[in-house]
Amino acid sequence: MSSASGQQHPLGIYLKVWILLFVLSLFSYMVDYLHVQGPLRWTLVLLFMALKAGFIMAIFMHVVWERMALALTILGPPSILLLLILLMAIEGNYTESARVQYLGHDPFAAPGHVSH
Amino acid sequence: MSHSSTMDEAEHSQEGLNGLVKDWSTDKQTYHVPWGKAMMWIFLVSDTFIFSCFLVGYMTVRVSTTDPWPLATEVFALSFFGSDPIPLILIALMTFVLITSSGTMALAVNYGYRRDRKKTVLLMIATAALGATFVGMQAFEWSKLIGYGVRPWGNPWGAPQFGSVFYMVTGFHGLHVSAGVIYLLVVARKVWRGDYEKKGYEIVEITGLYWHFVDLVWVFIFAFFYLL
Repeated sequence: MSSASGQQHPLGIYLKVWILLFVLSLFSYMVDYLHVQGPLRWTLVLLFMALKAGFIMAIFMHVVWERMALALTILGPPSILLLLILLMAIEGNYTESARVQYLGHDPFAAPGHVSH
Repeated sequence: MSHSSTMDEAEHSQEGLNGLVKDWSTDKQTYHVPWGKAMMWIFLVSDTFIFSCFLVGYMTVRVSTTDPWPLATEVFALSFFGSDPIPLILIALMTFVLITSSGTMALAVNYGYRRDRKKTVLLMIATAALGATFVGMQAFEWSKLIGYGVRPWGNPWGAPQFGSVFYMVTGFHGLHVSAGVIYLLVVARKVWRGDYEKKGYEIVEITGLYWHFVDLVWVFIFAFFYLL
């Protein structure tokens, strides 16, 4: 049992993923540093995030080498969170529109700048 | 008894969907991993829900507030030796420290299975040291924000929820990192003593799962709280 269930893989794949994670982090930092805004910012940040999370889980946490029974136990239940996100986004948008409509709040107010 | 019980594990893990059906239809055991590993995964799945509740709560207050959300890129900028403030630099460094620690942890797991105790212990201690560095940087960040007047109920720039989300989410994550540092040091000590020579080194992988999870959570916090 103990020898059969061990996750032994060549060192190279860990080093490659490690470097990839650094590069992806640098990319996401550059998105902020270069002031990329709007839908492109969202796309890039979420893409780099998903890739980083995917590689950490698949390789560092060995999910890609696990049997499907365990992999689905890990990935299945959290997928219900997508529904929670959808519902709360609808709810949040409704609350905001009610505040704008009935309380007269300004939804386009600009945040104060930070002086260091 | 049957032929399948003598099959080796490498062949096992490639059964895909057939394997899934087979594992769930056995009376005896569903997960073919050491029990500690299955338990760690179940704990991590439950922890996923805790962090997700925080992040979804953050999304809800941020979407619903009509007050402007403070600009993270300015709030977390830092100037060195009187230079212009560099946006988000401390957070970028914290991210790099945590990813570095994930790499050293992955190598520790690998050397554990190779039964190279010395390298395993050294890499685990390096991981713990990087984790402690991360917590130290976080403490510095907190003290900066407290100095700016950011409180859980208000801040000088906009939506008051900014402070409550910040302290709760990064605080809970920092608590996980601190617990991970202690966990790593305890296991590293036992590896050093040779406690696992007979039992095998799955424990290093299990500790690694926890540590990578902490890094994984940070990936999401970094994207949602600091970048978006």
